[in-house]
Amino acid sequence: MVGLQHYLILSALLASLGIIAMVSRRNAISILMGVELILNAASLNFVAFSRFGPGGSSTPLLGGQVFGIFIIVLAAAEAAIALAIIIAIYHSRSSINADEMDSLKR
Amino acid sequence: MQSTADLIFWVFAAMTILPAIVVVFSRNLLYSAFSLLFTLSGVAGLYALLGADFLAVTQVLVYVGGILVLILFGVMFTQKVYDLRAEAMSFKRIRAAGLGVIVFASLVGVVRSVSWPQAAQRTVHPTSTEIGNLLLSKYLLPFEAISVLLLVVLIGAVVVGKKEVEEER
Repeated sequence: MVGLQHYLILSALLASLGIIAMVSRRNAISILMGVELILNAASLNFVAFSRFGPGGSSTPLLGGQVFGIFIIVLAAAEAAIALAIIIAIYHSRSSINADEMDSLKR
Repeated sequence: MQSTADLIFWVFAAMTILPAIVVVFSRNLLYSAFSLLFTLSGVAGLYALLGADFLAVTQVLVYVGGILVLILFGVMFTQKVYDLRAEAMSFKRIRAAGLGVIVFASLVGVVRSVSWPQAAQRTVHPTSTEIGNLLLSKYLLPFEAISVLLLVVLIGAVVVGKKEVEEER
């Protein structure tokens, strides 16, 4: 019987993988993919809680699903801006490795 | 009946997690991007399994159809073909894996220690009508805020791209 815990552990695994990608990758696009994984994990949590959370059987809890929609919109906005910045950086430095973007430290 | 739903859950879970591992650990950036396709589709399937039909369709439309194409564009623009390797230092990778394991273990500890409410036997309805009502009544302010955010992002992306062109001249 698959319940709430299965979904929570699945999304915890997804979020941990996203954190590993964000920390270990040098390429900025790989870091962006890690962020997408984490956003998906959070959204999956919201939807799982809206399905299994407290509430009557006749009135579904749709707040979690609405938040899932907001998360998808935020992810789209974030991906668009991040890729615009990445391409601008690539034009000026011809490299998008995150550890080489240190011009503010000099 | 119940075991069929469980089987579908495990199929979608495998479809989500296994490509996510490829996303994180693959040395080829294109493989990562294409594995993200399967992860996002698996999450869409899980949404459908949870009764969130509108959200599942939105996930496929926006994530798989939009964001993933943007990411692929980014990969194609910024990587040379012989340069597709996304290398990471092995020491750094071990530390990152340790951090991930710690985060995962603590999250699982929290999930296991809380006694969650039993799953209510809820009949699954189509959700789009109710979501539309909620977006225009209870969640009107976040809805408007996110509309303004999208407008700002649209203008911002154009400005960031345009400035670059002017500098090149």
